[in-house]
Amino acid sequence: MKKNLLSVLLSIVLLASFLTVPVFAEDPITLEFSQWWEPELPQGAFRQLIDQFEEQNPGIKVELLSGPYSSTKEQIVAGAATGTMSDVVGLDGAWVNDFVKQGAITDLSALMKEAGYDESQLASQIQLNGSTYMIPVVNFASLLFVNNDLLSGAGIEKIPSTRTEFFEAAKAITNAEKNISGWILPISLETPNGIQNDVMPWAWASGKSMMKDGKPDLLNADVKSAVEYVKSLYDAGVIAPGAFNMKEQDKVEEFTNGRVGMMFDTLAHINLIRERNPELNFSVAAAPAEDSYTGERGITYASWGIGIAENSEHKAEAWKLVEFLMSQDINAKLATIANAFPGNANAAPDLSKSDPLFSDAFKVYQAGHPANEFVGLPVAEDLMRSFDEEFQLMLDGDQTVDEMLANAQAAWEKEF
Amino acid sequence: MTLKSRPGSLGKRLTPYLYLSPTMVLMIVLMLVPIVIVIGYSFYDNVIMNKHPVFIGIKNYAEILTDKNFHQTIYNTAFFTISSVVFHMIIGLTFSMLLNSKLLHQTTRSIFRVIYVLPWVFTAAIIAILWRLMLNPNGIVNYFLNIFGTIDSKVEWLGSRDTALYAVTFINIWSGYPFYMVSLLAGLQGISIDLYEAAEVDGANSVQKFLYITIPQLKPIIVSMAMLDCIWTMQQFSLIWMTTGGGPIRATEMLSTYTYKLAFSKYEFSQASSSAVIILIFSMLLAFIYVRKQKARD
Repeated sequence: MKKNLLSVLLSIVLLASFLTVPVFAEDPITLEFSQWWEPELPQGAFRQLIDQFEEQNPGIKVELLSGPYSSTKEQIVAGAATGTMSDVVGLDGAWVNDFVKQGAITDLSALMKEAGYDESQLASQIQLNGSTYMIPVVNFASLLFVNNDLLSGAGIEKIPSTRTEFFEAAKAITNAEKNISGWILPISLETPNGIQNDVMPWAWASGKSMMKDGKPDLLNADVKSAVEYVKSLYDAGVIAPGAFNMKEQDKVEEFTNGRVGMMFDTLAHINLIRERNPELNFSVAAAPAEDSYTGERGITYASWGIGIAENSEHKAEAWKLVEFLMSQDINAKLATIANAFPGNANAAPDLSKSDPLFSDAFKVYQAGHPANEFVGLPVAEDLMRSFDEEFQLMLDGDQTVDEMLANAQAAWEKEF
Repeated sequence: MTLKSRPGSLGKRLTPYLYLSPTMVLMIVLMLVPIVIVIGYSFYDNVIMNKHPVFIGIKNYAEILTDKNFHQTIYNTAFFTISSVVFHMIIGLTFSMLLNSKLLHQTTRSIFRVIYVLPWVFTAAIIAILWRLMLNPNGIVNYFLNIFGTIDSKVEWLGSRDTALYAVTFINIWSGYPFYMVSLLAGLQGISIDLYEAAEVDGANSVQKFLYITIPQLKPIIVSMAMLDCIWTMQQFSLIWMTTGGGPIRATEMLSTYTYKLAFSKYEFSQASSSAVIILIFSMLLAFIYVRKQKARD
């Protein structure tokens, strides 16, 4: 009897708990946000911003899936293939085209329209077929870094701003006996982004393009002139040895150790250089342009972009997170802690506590226009790699500049 | 687990399979299924990137096998693998014999055992960073070669097409010989001293003892190690990727880096699957030879 009573009571409790679940358990929506940003920011800084978002949106929780850039990329590629992509994803402009083709990331233009969002506050948007798929949250500008001591030691007083000035400066700085080179060119095939960061800026700085009507146009006179210029630097022996096997970190290391007079590099490395060599006296400036060019300088940049997965069941909530990160104050905060420039056109980073070089760089950035034609291209990394292979053959003397460009153009056309 | 059944009944015949079933399930889920899926992928135009991939038969294989870069890759992989295995064996055997020598004091042998085994302890990332720094044009290797007058200009060991393949092969040899050394040392210690004493009585010199006693006694270990090393070296990826990325140009492109680039740079997952299946076939051939050798030994 006692046993029966107990079982009845238990059944009532179970039934009651089952019935009350829909009434009381209004679980908050959890958004997954996969990105590589958190580990690159000061510890806890990004989580603080996200906590602020959660406070403002009590029904939404954000789970940060953070990892290094390369593993985040692989995770996102796998997610895109299996339809398990996180709701919100950190994107590199180079991936966008492929994810759009896969139907893995959603059309943000539609979400912005739905939410009545004012697009004019966005500094830039990455669009394909007229729709936005990625919004650059913060931008990392890449400028010319110059070792002031090496430059003045070589008798050059002014930071070079044209190709001829740069050539002369690089030649003057180069001193094989002292193991010093004028410029450094990392074009390892493992990470072929040297083509984007160190080769193409020679064309982009002068407002020139490697594309025409959305198709590759490597055979134009401007690209040829840029490639020929780099070849002339190589032949003059002013480029640090080991270029073919060098990566970005090697470039920064050589510059930090005072073995290289000039390099193109992202501003994100200023603090790193200061930490590694506090004595290094260096400046930043816009990449040199063609001698006759007087227009606005193209400033190479890379972004931390953001997108929303097509498979997300909470697109509206995901958009709220994007909107939050793009809002004027938050975006300025994020740009400040990331040592980057904001993706919100009205936001201004707080440079008061930053290295004075950031203020100089911000002026250069504002005076120019962002330029990176690899953003939004299909298989962008592979385009860089195939260009790189032909470029190395050309530098090694196996083919002429014309042959090199024709081969690269043929390789690129296959992908479009 | 016992099954109450008559001798020769179905239950009795199934019993061994029931014992094996946990392992079999794991093998099927973790090995067979992925392999079958990859083989299946290789016959489609492009899986993962295409929502509705189309069956194209052996077109991917035809494209890969006629690609001149793939031929270069095969040559590089063959050179890298054969050189690595041969030198692993020679160096491993030499060091194991040194460490087995009674002429050295036990403490000395122990110290050198630790020193010689060190390269094997390092992970591929450490090895790659270490050698990238040492072989840098401004690195310590060029510095010493310059001091000794061997070279008069900075050699770009990993950055030149003339030297990169030799350089990565050298690094792989350096990092892999301790495995041979340790295994062969164990083998050497297991050879009966009686054999050497008998040979001495017969008037055999050191070379004859090495050729007619040491080598035949170690042969099963040497053959097994060589087979395994062939399979492992042929699949080497991380070391190549972290030192040269397959470059400069395609001087150090291996089957593994070629496949990786197809998948994660070009997003041609079906072609990458075809390339992976070709590697699988090579590996299976070696594995088959290895298993046959093992069976013959048993």
